[in-house]
Amino acid sequence: MPRYRSPIARARGLGPARTGLHDWWRQRLTAVALIPLGLWFTFSLAMLPTASYPAVVAWLQAPWNSLLLLSFIVSVCCHSMLGLQTVVEDYVHGSELKLACLLGIKLGFSFLALTAIYATLRIALAG
Amino acid sequence: MERTNPAPSRPLSPHLQAYRLPLTALLSITHRITGVVLSLGLVGLVLALFAIAQGPAAYGAVHASLSSPWGGVVLWAWIAALIFHLVHGVRHLFWDTGRGYSLTSLNRYALGELAAALVLFSAVALSATLLS
Repeated sequence: MPRYRSPIARARGLGPARTGLHDWWRQRLTAVALIPLGLWFTFSLAMLPTASYPAVVAWLQAPWNSLLLLSFIVSVCCHSMLGLQTVVEDYVHGSELKLACLLGIKLGFSFLALTAIYATLRIALAG
Repeated sequence: MERTNPAPSRPLSPHLQAYRLPLTALLSITHRITGVVLSLGLVGLVLALFAIAQGPAAYGAVHASLSSPWGGVVLWAWIAALIFHLVHGVRHLFWDTGRGYSLTSLNRYALGELAAALVLFSAVALSATLLS
């Protein structure tokens, strides 16, 4: 393909996308949110192997637990997505594979978050 | 005729297979590894949550695998990874304020965060044992 575009035209727009700082802040914001939420979730998760089905459902239906779990899901999915994105950007070279990985991470974690929110609401609002 | 190259006087970049990583570097790469492991485990946790929404039969299978010895190992490994990632993450937030970069404080905080992770992990294990 002949290159009609001048070197300056090709270089334009390849600089900073001006949205990197937004991702950096979101990573820190979710990190701060996950300090209390992560601790709460860890202490709760450690009880799961000894809990019966009615006990788990009753726990999830308690208003504070539903609310904290929803907050945890949103924060952790966002934080995980941004973290894996950074790992891929650091170690995966070659633009096609990198793009495929980044798309997979974005779509995968969006679906994961939606699945978890749907399941939580279904359990919380069933009783 | 065999000649050996004289040792270069310039500084060499540390090669990963020949260079023993200092504690701070080990903690740094562990933060990344635990981050990836936690993300993978998150998929399992969401599946478990979905099984709870599906009903007692679906949850029964999840509960059985969580109660098995290997399930317990995976669960507690995930909890340990989360605690380490959380503790080291707090240090990253502290670093973001531009403080704590001197060599002595780096090593001191490295040992401190390992101790904090151990204390938190014991607290989670203890509360799970006492309250179950």
